[in-house]
Amino acid sequence: MAFSFLVRTRGRGRFDLADWLTWAYLVLAVLLMFGPVLWVLLSSFKTEAALQEYPPTFLPVAPVTATVEGYDEPLQLFRVTAGEHEGRVLAQVRRIGLMSQMVDPADPAQKFQVNINDRVPERELALATENYSVLFERFNFGLYFWNSVFITVVATIITVLFNSMAAFALSKYKFRGRTLVFVLIVATLMIPPTVNLVPIYLVVSQIGLVNSPWGVIWPAVATPTGVFLLRQYMLTIPDDLLDAARMDHASEWKVYWRIVLPLSAPALAVLVIFSVMWRWNEFLWPLIVLNRSEQFTLQLALNSFQGDLQTSWAPLLATTVLTLLPITLVFAVLQKYITTGIAQSGVK
Amino acid sequence: MAIVELEKLVKDYGKVRAIHGVDLRIEDGEFCVFVGPSGCGKSTLLRMIAGLEEISGGELRIDGERVNEQRASERGLAMVFQTYALYPHMTVRQNLAFGLENIKTPKDEIARRVAEAARMLQIEAYLDRRPKQLSGGQRQRVAIGRAVVREPRVFLFDEPLSNLDAELRVTMRGEIASLHQRLGNTMIYVTHDQVEAMTMADKIVVLRDGRIEQVGSPLDLYNEPRNSFVAGFIGSPRMNFLDAVVETVNERSVVVRDASGARFETSVDGAGLEPGAAVSLGVRPEHVTFGADGGKPVTVQTIEQLGGNSYLHCVAEDGASLAAHLPGQTAIRRGDAVNVVFRPDFTHLFRKADGVAQKRLVVGEAVS
Repeated sequence: MAFSFLVRTRGRGRFDLADWLTWAYLVLAVLLMFGPVLWVLLSSFKTEAALQEYPPTFLPVAPVTATVEGYDEPLQLFRVTAGEHEGRVLAQVRRIGLMSQMVDPADPAQKFQVNINDRVPERELALATENYSVLFERFNFGLYFWNSVFITVVATIITVLFNSMAAFALSKYKFRGRTLVFVLIVATLMIPPTVNLVPIYLVVSQIGLVNSPWGVIWPAVATPTGVFLLRQYMLTIPDDLLDAARMDHASEWKVYWRIVLPLSAPALAVLVIFSVMWRWNEFLWPLIVLNRSEQFTLQLALNSFQGDLQTSWAPLLATTVLTLLPITLVFAVLQKYITTGIAQSGVK
Repeated sequence: MAIVELEKLVKDYGKVRAIHGVDLRIEDGEFCVFVGPSGCGKSTLLRMIAGLEEISGGELRIDGERVNEQRASERGLAMVFQTYALYPHMTVRQNLAFGLENIKTPKDEIARRVAEAARMLQIEAYLDRRPKQLSGGQRQRVAIGRAVVREPRVFLFDEPLSNLDAELRVTMRGEIASLHQRLGNTMIYVTHDQVEAMTMADKIVVLRDGRIEQVGSPLDLYNEPRNSFVAGFIGSPRMNFLDAVVETVNERSVVVRDASGARFETSVDGAGLEPGAAVSLGVRPEHVTFGADGGKPVTVQTIEQLGGNSYLHCVAEDGASLAAHLPGQTAIRRGDAVNVVFRPDFTHLFRKADGVAQKRLVVGEAVS
């Protein structure tokens, strides 16, 4: 079935030009979007040494070493590509200028001189899983992860609740000035977030929320995008359903909670995805509000790997991968809701 | 026990007045039908009674108690919507139970009432399905069931059958009527279909432009319409109207002459009529008869033979058109020239100026 899906054509019969172009376009898009992600993923399994290597390799490979009798340290293996020893695999003892002194691991007594341009390092696939384990042992990854999860989950719940209540009122109640209120809310989209930064910080610090996750959560929960999205969706829920619920003794809260909210599930799912992405990936605002490292979110922790003088690439990449995972999962779970509309089905 | 009283009920939408002071009393256990053309305010009136529309003026009483200020959820009424308005995310069982859960009915009581309503409406087999898995007629039953389980004081129906196909509509019509007989509750039913009104109602309220035109039993409205609007609205096909002038006013009848010079005698009270007054002569299609001479000469334009009934559409030389309904089949053919004659006790007379009917002295339908 998957195969027939892949070879579907535009019209009947064979692949025509449009099909090939579609394929080329989609493959290109996949490469553009997933290439960097794949690169990060593979690189996160490279050792620090492999990361520094130039030219970089795509797969996480590490130089092969061998313990040779008479030498304390393991020696790196090279394949000789030219000269009298061409084709042999030798261990390098030391390098002197352009020449490298090598021994045969099988016969350590004999030494060879090989030009460094005539040899390539032997490599093998090696997953540096210690990049990940070190996160938990040395970097307190668990704490940052918990901080991020707490802020994301709590902020998303509050966002969905507040925005849906606003959207419910704006879509289902008729009151004087309702258009004005709606336009005002949407108009705030035009104010760049950077303009708000200082005033919001002043408010947050006055309330004493600096260095608290709530300082990140509260300013973020009222989103004009969310109100707009939910209102537009709720407009499609027939008023008759609400009236029917009212005739069924439902209070306005119950109408909202039992009827409107479940029927807005597709729109809520979209908002949940957005909100999770926004909060999870948010960097600038937490950077300003959270100064103590025990309050750091993952994004701030990532930033702290990058020092002025040196960057610890291996843990940075590993953390990046772990940071990507939850959001991918949320998207995978909720994406089917985006395309499902269940509101219309009970009417007519 | 539920008597619904409307006193000078008014509804304004901004500056536009939709309902102009309606007075009405619906007795306990009565099946009352609001009927009228679209936009006449019948649904608005129903929604005002339900509590879904605010009342701008006047008073609404249920069992003598003023309920203007009560919310829809507090009035103890149940409503069946034209769109059914079943909650799409709940199963049929949950749909039925929702209202009872909201008033904190004990669980076993809910189960009992749901089972009873489901049996009565024959929807037991679908209790665990979602509304979208049901057909139109089944959804309609569920919608009615949702009202029935609540055991409300008054049932409100807002054009519940207009989304069903013709055959199902007839079946459901019967079911609602028998439901009324079994439960005996007061029911208020809105429709634009006068056949539904005639077949189901104890009392019909004919509305036009937010005003009550006439209230009465189906046959009262049919036999003695108060004006030409009600006369035209009740009855199918609609009543024929011929423009005429009064020739003589007798003690027991009025003689009128139409544009073609044909004379008709009609058994109505001539009070307030002077010879020469412009009037409208009304005669129902089923009371049009054909004669060899006398009456009004017309040409048959179309004939619909349904086997059991025949419908003829005739045009007179003066441009007046007439519909006739004959029982059985007819030998008359298209293009035939015939004379139409009306029995005096089967005709209605309306004043041209305001459409008000002259009182009928002999009601032919009631006599024969």
